[in-house]
Amino acid sequence: MIGLRVLWAIIAIAGVPLVLVGYLFLVERGLLKTKIERRNKVRPWLWLLPPFILLAAFLIYPVINTFVLSFLNANSTKFIGIKNYAYIFTDNSMLIVLRNNLLWLVLFTLVTVTVGLLIAVLTDRVRYESVAKALIFLPMAVSFTAASVIWRFMYQFQPKGQTQVGTVNAILSIFPNFQPQAWLSNPSENNFALIIVGIWMWTGFAMVILSAGLKGIPDSLLEAARMDGANELQIFFKVTIPLLWSTITVVTTTLLINVLKIFDIVYVMTNGNLGTEVIANRMYKEMFNYQNFGRASAIAVILLIAIIPVMVLNIKRFGQQGGR
Amino acid sequence: MANQIVRGRRSGFAQVLTQAATRGPLHIIIIVICAIWIVPSLGLFVSSFRPANLISTTGWWRAFTTPFKFTLENYGHVLTQSNMGRSFFNSLLIAVPATVMPIMIAAFGAYAFAWMRFPGRNVLFLVVVGLLVVPLQMTLIPVLHFFVALHLTGTFPGIWLAHTAYGLPFAIYLLRSFIGELPGEMFESASLDGATHAQIFFRLVLPTSVPAISSLAIFQFMWVWNDLLIALIYLGGNPPVAPMTVTISNMVNSYGGDWQYLTSAAFISMILPLVVFFSLQKYFVRGILAGSVKG
Repeated sequence: MIGLRVLWAIIAIAGVPLVLVGYLFLVERGLLKTKIERRNKVRPWLWLLPPFILLAAFLIYPVINTFVLSFLNANSTKFIGIKNYAYIFTDNSMLIVLRNNLLWLVLFTLVTVTVGLLIAVLTDRVRYESVAKALIFLPMAVSFTAASVIWRFMYQFQPKGQTQVGTVNAILSIFPNFQPQAWLSNPSENNFALIIVGIWMWTGFAMVILSAGLKGIPDSLLEAARMDGANELQIFFKVTIPLLWSTITVVTTTLLINVLKIFDIVYVMTNGNLGTEVIANRMYKEMFNYQNFGRASAIAVILLIAIIPVMVLNIKRFGQQGGR
Repeated sequence: MANQIVRGRRSGFAQVLTQAATRGPLHIIIIVICAIWIVPSLGLFVSSFRPANLISTTGWWRAFTTPFKFTLENYGHVLTQSNMGRSFFNSLLIAVPATVMPIMIAAFGAYAFAWMRFPGRNVLFLVVVGLLVVPLQMTLIPVLHFFVALHLTGTFPGIWLAHTAYGLPFAIYLLRSFIGELPGEMFESASLDGATHAQIFFRLVLPTSVPAISSLAIFQFMWVWNDLLIALIYLGGNPPVAPMTVTISNMVNSYGGDWQYLTSAAFISMILPLVVFFSLQKYFVRGILAGSVKG
């Protein structure tokens, strides 16, 4: 059984490139037989064929299809107009989902960018900068699944009076009036507990990009401000931040795109129960638990619509650079 | 001025003291932040070596006080009893082909976009740029439908194809910008010598693109290795083919409180990413940063 799978993998690793190389040589050999003008017209399309077959089958066609499905009923047999969308914006459980996503969008992005910037600025002034930055960036390497296990362990809860084994409750127990909290079940705090996991993972990312931007600011500018008698705080807000603004925008949009689709953390830590569900998790449930492909598709379309501004921005930015 | 006078009069120890007083808070803040960031992983790591009865009754930080009690049993158990050994293997079987395939296919497209002229080139490329951020959720249902029709659900070829296609927009985008920057004279002299596009591509373009390809490979590998959603949807949580992310999330459901197994399983899934992170940090960071726009 395992041997068979290894065989498959070897076929995929070695066979696929071989087939592709063979394809290209056949294309070029075939083209040799055609007239030179025709050759140069046809060649690009033959080279683009393999990637575009895959893009069409897995991305372009499915996007159009999902859009159509979102106007059909649960098993895609009947047209029901905008009922699925009406459901998303009126049903109580859906409204909680939208609220949670909004909470993630605002809180996660704001804190991650701010803390990332803070760490970038602080570590810029010490000699062990690279070590400190590596530690903060480390969570970026592990899966959301592993991170969720790590934090479920951090958030463990024992009733008051028992030894607190979870790190968070144990540390907070230092304060005399602290009541141990069931962080993941208490509806007033579980969303924040999940968002903290996201922040822990992504701060390193924000920090690295912002830190690179920071290094791009010439020292002479900061020196000039110091000579004019500005203190470090003034320099930070009046010089550093404005100069870093475009980098901050890039980091913020990236975080927004990613947090909009957040799935794994919620799936592993609470499975969306107790008021923590977000859009991507609800879509998964609509697909597999409720078998309602119409609603699931409409939810996906909402995600796409939310991302369209970023998509347009990217396309515009690329258009300006000129396709060369 | 005052500072200079102080420095001039006292030296050595006193100077170190003044510096410590002014710079002390900075170091303390940084060290505290680093501690906050590392403690969660450290707790997991330490706990994975502790016996079950100690994990459930004492905090992991108590492991450093006597009596010292560590064990490898947790790892033995998850590797043999909880399918983690098989899942580790599955993760590799999924991630390696799903890294090789998209890079190869994307390189064709990137080369055509960068060095061939044809009508509609810019529009097509803008389509690729647009696809970069399309939420994968938009594709799950139709792709699942045709996977069911073709009996590709729960199979490795199915998930390889899916990861390959999903990785393409970013791979084409990144490689095109790299290949587009290569000096044009190199291609001209080669084609004057009678080299075909295929020869130029394999002999010149691929070898010179190694830096871009390695960043891309690391990014794609880590993305597939750490993926949960795609595996859940197209492999359906089927144990014989489940990668580690799926197995661990099943373990969380089935033995939520058995921390000795969860911690060791999670750490096993982290080993490879951590090795990549520490050994190839430069490429890794570059890949992550470049790939952050991916959908």
